[in-house]
Amino acid sequence: MDEVLAVFTVEAREQLAAMEEGLLRMEQGDRDPETLNAVFRAAHTIKGGAGVVEIHAVEKFTHVLENVLDRLRNGEIEVSDELVTLLLRGCDHIGALLDSVEQGEPDGDLVAAGAGIADGLRAWTAGPPVAGGGGGAPRHPESEAHRAGGDTAISDCWHISVRFGRGVLRNGMDPLAFLRYLLSLGEIVHMTTLTDAMPEAAQMDPEACYLGFEVELRSHADKEAIERVFDFVRDDCDLHILPPNSRIADYIALIEKLPEETMRLGEMLVGSGALTADELARGLALQQGQAETAPEAGKPTIGEILVGQSAVQPEIVEAAATRQKQVSEKKAAEARLIRVQADKLDHLIDLVGELVIAGASANLLAQKSRQAQLFEATSILSRLVEDIRDSALQLRMVQIGETFNRFHRVVRDVSKELGKEIELTIGGAETELDKSVVEKIGDPLMHLVRNAMDHGIESMALRLERGKPAAGQVGLNAFHDSGSIVIEVSDDGGGLPRDKILAKAVARGIIAAGQNLSDAEVANLIFEPGFSTADQVTNLSGRGVGMDVVKKNITALRGTVEVHSDEGLGSRFTIRLPLTLAIIDGFLVGVARASYVIPLEMVVECLELPGDAGDSHYLNLRGEVLPFVRLRELFEAEGDRPARENVVVVKAAGRKAGIVVDALHGEFQTVIKPMAAIFRHLRGIAGSTILGTGEVALILDVLALVGLAAANENVPPGAIPARI
Amino acid sequence: MGQVATQAAGRTVAGAGAVAEPLQYLTFTLGGEMYAVGILNVKEIIEYGTLTEIPMMPTFIRGVINLRGAVVPVIDLSARFGGQPTEVGRRTCIVIIELADGESRHDMGIIVDAVSEVLEIPPAEIEPPPAFGARIRTDFIAGMGKVAGRFVVILEIRNVLSVDEMAALADAGRAGTPEAGD
Repeated sequence: MDEVLAVFTVEAREQLAAMEEGLLRMEQGDRDPETLNAVFRAAHTIKGGAGVVEIHAVEKFTHVLENVLDRLRNGEIEVSDELVTLLLRGCDHIGALLDSVEQGEPDGDLVAAGAGIADGLRAWTAGPPVAGGGGGAPRHPESEAHRAGGDTAISDCWHISVRFGRGVLRNGMDPLAFLRYLLSLGEIVHMTTLTDAMPEAAQMDPEACYLGFEVELRSHADKEAIERVFDFVRDDCDLHILPPNSRIADYIALIEKLPEETMRLGEMLVGSGALTADELARGLALQQGQAETAPEAGKPTIGEILVGQSAVQPEIVEAAATRQKQVSEKKAAEARLIRVQADKLDHLIDLVGELVIAGASANLLAQKSRQAQLFEATSILSRLVEDIRDSALQLRMVQIGETFNRFHRVVRDVSKELGKEIELTIGGAETELDKSVVEKIGDPLMHLVRNAMDHGIESMALRLERGKPAAGQVGLNAFHDSGSIVIEVSDDGGGLPRDKILAKAVARGIIAAGQNLSDAEVANLIFEPGFSTADQVTNLSGRGVGMDVVKKNITALRGTVEVHSDEGLGSRFTIRLPLTLAIIDGFLVGVARASYVIPLEMVVECLELPGDAGDSHYLNLRGEVLPFVRLRELFEAEGDRPARENVVVVKAAGRKAGIVVDALHGEFQTVIKPMAAIFRHLRGIAGSTILGTGEVALILDVLALVGLAAANENVPPGAIPARI
Repeated sequence: MGQVATQAAGRTVAGAGAVAEPLQYLTFTLGGEMYAVGILNVKEIIEYGTLTEIPMMPTFIRGVINLRGAVVPVIDLSARFGGQPTEVGRRTCIVIIELADGESRHDMGIIVDAVSEVLEIPPAEIEPPPAFGARIRTDFIAGMGKVAGRFVVILEIRNVLSVDEMAALADAGRAGTPEAGD
């Protein structure tokens, strides 16, 4: 049961996300009925699922929400900001209920909050329909009845398509009574009983109603009168009514809405009233006759025969055929996607990591054995292992779009709260990165987006004064760049105020007064701990815990963050992250007896340390001053310096620095093993890995090392502390 | 008296989540002294082999080893008790201890001079730790087991290998030196 529950909550969350997305689109003026239908379907799926797993709190609440959506869909009420806000709050509440389901029993506060929202929603279901509403308002049959001939189907009857809910009988309603009552309005020309939903006798619940009906009613009553017949079961059935001589498009829409998947084409057409049973019977007879006379010619489909006899119009046959095709295509698409537990995937990645290590070890032995054939075999093997590594890592790649889309809601809510008009633009949503990175990047992004809205975007009055459009822009963009993924958060607000930041930094003692800093350096001061330039602490940001936490979180992912700002024009935060956290390409170096790995993407070049470098900590790199750190000194390695030392020039966070090592061993596929908890305060070391020999090598945290080198740049040589 | 000892012994396996009292202990020698740990915490015993040192760490963190693909830190127990670092000899072993930290479990190795045997020490034979005189911190001792007329120090291994304390010590060891870089 727990497993079923887990599946339900996962799926319900997906549906909630779809609902939220749809609602936000509707708020922004999307009047496509398909959007509303999608929202409705999502709500309906949640309700249904909750019913199956017996989470009645969710089921009940979603039912109220669904009622409002249904009225919206029928055009009885109109989309408004107020309504969307309420519906979004409803979504949030469903989310909260799902949380409580996962954690155990819902608490009293949550139930009370839910009751409040539900009451708010009920107010919308109880209200009178919008008088003379717009396009979505109930259509008057007369306006539809007389269309251009080619556009309408040849049917002079009302078509009523009704699916009774399972609980109808239990609620004391008799479906037959409603059908009989229809007779008081007119004559039932034809009726098809749909039993597709009926399960096997053993599984059938005799108290449940599984029936649906397709009714052709010849009547002079209007649509509202016919709807009124079903008033008592309105909440508990799926009802579609098409007026006589409806447009073909309406039939097509109805065909597409029919829940039955496997209904045969003919029955569907009879069912939707586009042709009569007689016409179908004649069509079927003809199909059989042709098959007998010309068996080798292949059976013409029933659709073709019916069109040939002009019994139905081609568009309708096409729509029904398309639906049949869609049903099968949908099934095929579902088969192409497999839902896999993340644990299994992680386990696979772990195993591939072991394989890489074992492969490296075999390779090493083969090399030592000097057997050409063995060496060749292991080379092929290691190339395959590399391919397997890449495709295994690919499995964990997900698009960042889903994470980005969550921000539509954030931007909407926050801009309302701030009283600013802000639009969110998203780019590069299809950019892929490791799932474990995606999970951890959400919070830092949230901070940055909120900051951009709160501090970045000016108030509307100020924007107009500065000649900018009233609506501010916040952009999220992602793209791949040489082995890493870059995520940008940009805004077209006021940018970072250089003078204010400088003054604050001096006041906080982060920099000395009179220190000369470049614009980029000033901008990046905001990542210092305890820094905030907001004059007043708002609800959203300004507590000075924002940016340094952002930086810390991103650094923990082995990434970097930088800010670029044009005062008055806006600012752009650039986050650079590794594509994966599991396996990287590394560069192996040696110091004394130990081996260290430097992430390859940070290595710019390698050179021999000039003999005249002496004890200083900088060297002349083609006219450039390159500060360096000597690992031997930093790590207090045993023994004397070798006669020849090498410099690995690395570039991190836009700065170059040298790392002086004893030996260069070359490229190495590095499977990252996290360091144990007792090393959590260790800086300069990012993790560990296992070499082909079985020894453990440490992965250098280049950023920390370069930070040290950069901080020491202005300090006279000799005064450099040997530790970080 | 026996009551106190039972409680002390019970604490030893609190991490293993076992309800039954650990009557069995692995005994080993270290600096001439006999020590014991509850058998339920012991995962395996391996020969002292290749060990990678971690720079900028206090002496009691000896380094890390590759235990079948997992990188496991190794603690020098003698240095942890405030003595000299262990000299590696012919019988030096690494005992892999499994500890539970909330939901997660992690392994840690301890260096010992020699592993002796697995002994059964009934709760009645376990005395509470002395207030002083054992040469190691009292909270490291779960009890004193009587074996063949002499005492064996039963270690409170969760305190000895406390991750929080060791990480703090590792950090403090560096804090004394001038900070640069951040």
